[in-house]
Amino acid sequence: MEHLTNKDFTSDQEVRWCPGCGDYTILRAMQKALPQLEKKKEDFVFISGIGCSSRFPYYMNTYGFHTIHGRAPAFATGVKLANPNLSVWQITGDGDALAIGGNHFIHALRRNIDINILLFNNEIYGLTKGQFSPTSQKGIKTKSNPHGTTDEPFSISDLSIGAQGSFFARAVDTNPKLMQQLFRGAEEHRGTSLIEILQNCVIFNDKTFASITAKEVKADAQLFLEDGKPMIFGAEGNKGIILNGLKLEVVKIGENGITKKDILVHDAKEEDPTLHTMLARMRPPEFPAALGIIRKVSRPTFNSGMLAQLEYEKTNAKFKTVDELLKSGETWEVEG
Amino acid sequence: MEKTTKVVDLEKVVIKFAGDSGDGMQLAGTQFTDTSALLGNDLATFPDFPAEIRAPQGTVAGVSGFQIHIGRIDINTPGDIADVLVAMNPAALKANKNWIKKGGAIIVNIDSFTNKDLEKAGYETSPLDDNSFEGFNIIQAPITKLTRETLKDSGLDGKSVGRSKNMFALGIVYWMFNRPMEQTEKFLQNKFAKKPELVAANIKVMHAGYNFANTIEALPSSYTVLSANLKAGTYRNVMGNQAIAWGFLAAAERAHKGLFLGSYPITPASDILHELAKHKNLGVKTFQAEDEIAGICAAIGASFTGALAITTTSGPGFALKAEALGLAVMTELPLVVVDVQRGGPSTGLPTKTEQSDLMQALYGRNGESPVIVLASSTPANCFDWAYMASKITLEHNTPVVLLSDGYLGNGAEPWRIKSIQDMPSIKPLLAMEGEEYQPYARDKKTLARKLALPGTKGLEHRLGGLEKEDITGNVSYDPENHEKMCYIRVEKIRRIAELIPKQEVFGGKEGDVLVVGWGGTHGSLYSAVDNLQKEGESISLCQFNYINPLPKNTADILNNYKTIVVCELNSGQFANYLRINFQGIIFNQYNKIQGFPFTTSELEAHFKSLLKK
Repeated sequence: MEHLTNKDFTSDQEVRWCPGCGDYTILRAMQKALPQLEKKKEDFVFISGIGCSSRFPYYMNTYGFHTIHGRAPAFATGVKLANPNLSVWQITGDGDALAIGGNHFIHALRRNIDINILLFNNEIYGLTKGQFSPTSQKGIKTKSNPHGTTDEPFSISDLSIGAQGSFFARAVDTNPKLMQQLFRGAEEHRGTSLIEILQNCVIFNDKTFASITAKEVKADAQLFLEDGKPMIFGAEGNKGIILNGLKLEVVKIGENGITKKDILVHDAKEEDPTLHTMLARMRPPEFPAALGIIRKVSRPTFNSGMLAQLEYEKTNAKFKTVDELLKSGETWEVEG
Repeated sequence: MEKTTKVVDLEKVVIKFAGDSGDGMQLAGTQFTDTSALLGNDLATFPDFPAEIRAPQGTVAGVSGFQIHIGRIDINTPGDIADVLVAMNPAALKANKNWIKKGGAIIVNIDSFTNKDLEKAGYETSPLDDNSFEGFNIIQAPITKLTRETLKDSGLDGKSVGRSKNMFALGIVYWMFNRPMEQTEKFLQNKFAKKPELVAANIKVMHAGYNFANTIEALPSSYTVLSANLKAGTYRNVMGNQAIAWGFLAAAERAHKGLFLGSYPITPASDILHELAKHKNLGVKTFQAEDEIAGICAAIGASFTGALAITTTSGPGFALKAEALGLAVMTELPLVVVDVQRGGPSTGLPTKTEQSDLMQALYGRNGESPVIVLASSTPANCFDWAYMASKITLEHNTPVVLLSDGYLGNGAEPWRIKSIQDMPSIKPLLAMEGEEYQPYARDKKTLARKLALPGTKGLEHRLGGLEKEDITGNVSYDPENHEKMCYIRVEKIRRIAELIPKQEVFGGKEGDVLVVGWGGTHGSLYSAVDNLQKEGESISLCQFNYINPLPKNTADILNNYKTIVVCELNSGQFANYLRINFQGIIFNQYNKIQGFPFTTSELEAHFKSLLKK
């Protein structure tokens, strides 16, 4: 395998996101993560729909396809099924994936096709200039709802788990190292890997995730989940998560008799989604937001199932060529 | 026990099986078709069924029919009206009362003419008791009673016994037309391989029907239809949807491409999905998507990755695919969209035929968005047109819409089996590793761009729906470039006219009347024109399969006749398309929008009126 660097993955196109947009750090993290994967450059394909995030493929020096609004999962499915050797990455946003593309999104998760979906969640429509999205917080005032929305937002993690997604991770656009790590994790996972990236839109929804990402609060507002490790966080490294009855609770180690042993240990591979659901729903100020790989369960992929059927049929079929098919069944001869 | 009955030789005959949608009429019709085909008849069939799986029992809305036209002469349509009607109940009789030849034979299941049955069909008194069917040869067969009687010792439950009634009717018709029953016996043995008691019961009932017909005096004679004079070769029956599926399989094998179908179930196109899904052994990947849009989008993704990619649908589904088809136009990727047309607008008439999606195929997208449009015109040539659609899309890297219709899709006819080596070669236009690659550089002659498939080293590039810069394919908002690209996309399709065969005419190269048709109306238009030509009339037929682009000799043909009449199953879409393309020529119209094909007789009557002028 030839040695590749981030420059090999940088296209010659001028990047046209707004200055300060969170998309830039995601792009750089991706360009740094890909050389770390055991894959040839020509075997990566980036597929997107419509929206700010969906310009991403133009900036990657890989095969890429900027398709139509909401439908990227369907294109990615076709690409992966036609050539299962490819590493397929779908780049999408909260409007693209959850509004117009909601149907394709849940079906990709359900089928567990071996693709990676990066959902840039900025809780707003950027490219159409500032309307509310399916993840916008209830009551937000935008041009399309100047009196405040009455829409209940989607929880992306609940949607993923409800659609039987086998891999759910969360990153923040302010942490490139974590993003690289999660991109590698997504590529290693067999099945549809969904990474929600909390991404800041500096123009239309600035600082919407500040309660999670702001420098002064982030130590207490972010919990990095690692498989097999206790759920400890905080500026002093002394806060943890416990299960109290049927609810999660933040505790301090050393207070009220709590020791490190009482803290929950993360198990991303647990089939039962209950705890994963609760962890993914945590939000400041009561809880830290959970980051990292929250759920990663093993399930057969759609593409491997399809290939296995093709192989079986090829080996056991009555005929191997189209000519044999055309002549099969009831035929009769007409003499000249 | 064989009685000596007069056997009359017929040139052709039309038989219709009609009953409740649960009466097994499609199966009886299919069996009669297969047997007749094996005897060497030429034939055409037309199933006609309600959209509901089990419409209210005994009502006219719930009548399911299967019409078959067999002959020893060239058969091009399923026939206008039936010589023989099997009516399993009063509703079936009522639904077909205008579609049976005066003096024809009607076999009714008299056991289902109770007051209750008559009431469901909307009859106050039995039409058999008044003079409604005077002059017809009505055969009142107690089919239900005799079926029960035949199976009284079989141990079968009442439901299974009831379901065998169609075999009694089939037995009667087999006797009437002197057909052997071995083919159907073989079929039953395969169908119920795991239930020998059903095999025995169905065969017994069929024989009982045969013997009943032989015994009763009601049938004056038995008929025979000798083998047709077909071109030498190996034949089989094919249905249009099956032939389309096979055409794609043949094209994929010949082009050394994987075949990918992205589709969503829709009447009357689903059988193409069903057929291809069976053939994983040939490497076909079928993907039943979550909706129509995902079906075409997955196909485009597979096309970008190097497959021969197709999507199959009918009118409403085609509407949903419009935006994605525009993307295939912009990204200049190969793709075949098959639209098996049905009655519209909206949900319309799902199980009935129509040709009303022509404008949608030609113009139903945003922007200047030209596509190639082809139309198949017989059930068997659906094979050839699916193959040609694949060849053109792969060699020109631009999407093709193939228009079929419900009548072709569900219709069947004998097909002289082709080998894939009989078909023209297919040379997909691809860039290879090591090549200097510009995504939107073009072949000088055809203007087609080359594809570089993911996985090819060094040819990484990006495609998308934003306007492309000429040559590089980079995103471009330049006004002059946009105009240039719009014209290139049109010109690329226009140039295909240089490569396709000239349009042919059936009949004189000039004359009084030129009948113009396209797609699935071929059989009825051909039959009508053929009949009038035999009467010495100056009338010719020009049936189009290439719709966009039109063959380049089209204008030359149109200028050679005094009167042109464009016949189509819509309100005049092709006529209007011709008016746009050939201004100054007068196009008369003959249209029908009833969910049914043209009948030969109505066409002949209309053409005669034109010839008199």
